Amino acid sequence: MELLSQLLGIILSTIKDVIPIAAIIFGFQFLVIRRPIPNLKRVLIGFGYVILGLALFLLGLEKALFPIGRLMAEQLTNPEFISHWSGAVAGALQWQDYFWVYIFAFAIGASTTIAEPSLIAVAIKANEVSGGAIGVWGLRIAVAIGVAVGISLGTWRIVTGYPIHWFIIAGYIVVVVQTFYAPKLIVPLAYDSGGVTTSTVTVPLVAALGLGLAETVPGRSALIDGFGLIAFASLFPMITVMAYAQLSEFRAKRSRKLTGES
Amino acid sequence: MRGGLFALGQSMLGSLRDLAPIVLVIAFFQIAVLQQPVPDFIGIIIGLLCVVAGLTFFIYGLEMGLFPIGESMAHAFARKGSVLWLLIFAFSLGFGTTVAEPALIAVAAEAATVAANGGMIEATQAAELSYASGLRYTVAFSVGLAIVLGVLRILKGWPIQYMIIGGYILVVIMTAFAPKEIIGIAYDSGGVTTSTITVPLVTALGVGLASSIEGRNPMIDGFGLIAFASLTPMIFVMAYGMVI
Repeated sequence: MELLSQLLGIILSTIKDVIPIAAIIFGFQFLVIRRPIPNLKRVLIGFGYVILGLALFLLGLEKALFPIGRLMAEQLTNPEFISHWSGAVAGALQWQDYFWVYIFAFAIGASTTIAEPSLIAVAIKANEVSGGAIGVWGLRIAVAIGVAVGISLGTWRIVTGYPIHWFIIAGYIVVVVQTFYAPKLIVPLAYDSGGVTTSTVTVPLVAALGLGLAETVPGRSALIDGFGLIAFASLFPMITVMAYAQLSEFRAKRSRKLTGES
Repeated sequence: MRGGLFALGQSMLGSLRDLAPIVLVIAFFQIAVLQQPVPDFIGIIIGLLCVVAGLTFFIYGLEMGLFPIGESMAHAFARKGSVLWLLIFAFSLGFGTTVAEPALIAVAAEAATVAANGGMIEATQAAELSYASGLRYTVAFSVGLAIVLGVLRILKGWPIQYMIIGGYILVVIMTAFAPKEIIGIAYDSGGVTTSTITVPLVTALGVGLASSIEGRNPMIDGFGLIAFASLTPMIFVMAYGMVI
């Protein structure tokens, strides 16, 4: 019963989020385009499914994943836990002692990205537009690896306390250099994949990890160092998606060469 | 009817597969590393079932509602041939979907606290509130502008890389001058502006536009709107931090 009323509440707040979007779409459709929407009934049912699906998704995350994820982030960043595994004294931890945190960051970054609804949406579209040349799973896995590397590097940065902008600027330089060598078709999609990775699932879990770390590592401020993980998570997928395209191009070239020689 | 149920069942299986990695990661760390019992086991199972059902419905509705409407509007605007209305639509879509975004409201409130602690604004509730809402409208405006710029790029066929690289250079230069406290938040705000409903809609709009304008390739020109929407907030948030 309590679950049902929670679901109702989430559905209402999802509808509230959708209202401005629906108002803009239907307002322009009726006032500017002045044509009936093709398959109006189907589109409306589709909107209904999207709202219901998003509400159920958020309810489930709130009930199952976020509490345990936050609890784990808290426990993993606890100095006592860290010194238990590394044998170091709780007051004098080195960055190597936090290895479970980096592994967790990598694993949770990859697995939450696989389940990210907006990434699934973009992957479906890219697969459709490219005529199947870009696989749904290839793109999703490339992005997931990017997020995983980004977040584990981000947690390492919080532990060591290096300034964030050096990492971001170095990442930008890699992206710019890759842009000139990657296949032209992938570049816009790779840029997009930076923004889509971080929405519903990843942000709350990753933010909990960042804040937990910044609170327990001595000399870090939760406000300055706790943020910034999301920036890492949206930078690295660009690099891995372009690398994925470069790798497939390289392999295609090599196999062409081999068949040409034989 | 049976065909529909079969399709639904198949996408349910797909959603289960999408979620399996998260469950495995959490189970492994909970049992092998933290060595703690899982609290509230039944609640977690119910929650996971909700997530699976939710993901299934979302993707189902995506292909039924969001993708078609985004594309049909792109085609209609292209047929109508009014660039001005298209740009107004692009701006309202970017602004309207961002200003009410819950993640943005949370980040803006957080930023106001940081600014008050850093002594940039008075540490009163009124000052923090006005700072937070100013920041929200700044970000929403910047996303609206980003979609306008992205749509213009599709219409004109400008190459995306020079625009994005130019944006990066601006970000790097501004990082040197912006107050230190705002930098982390500015970098993050690029990621939080694009919500789960906006992304499919904007993607469908871009691809639809690029495929209905002659000489544009939907792969090269259709994507990239979201890239703009996650770049401009960084620039505008740092600018906001510098001005105030």
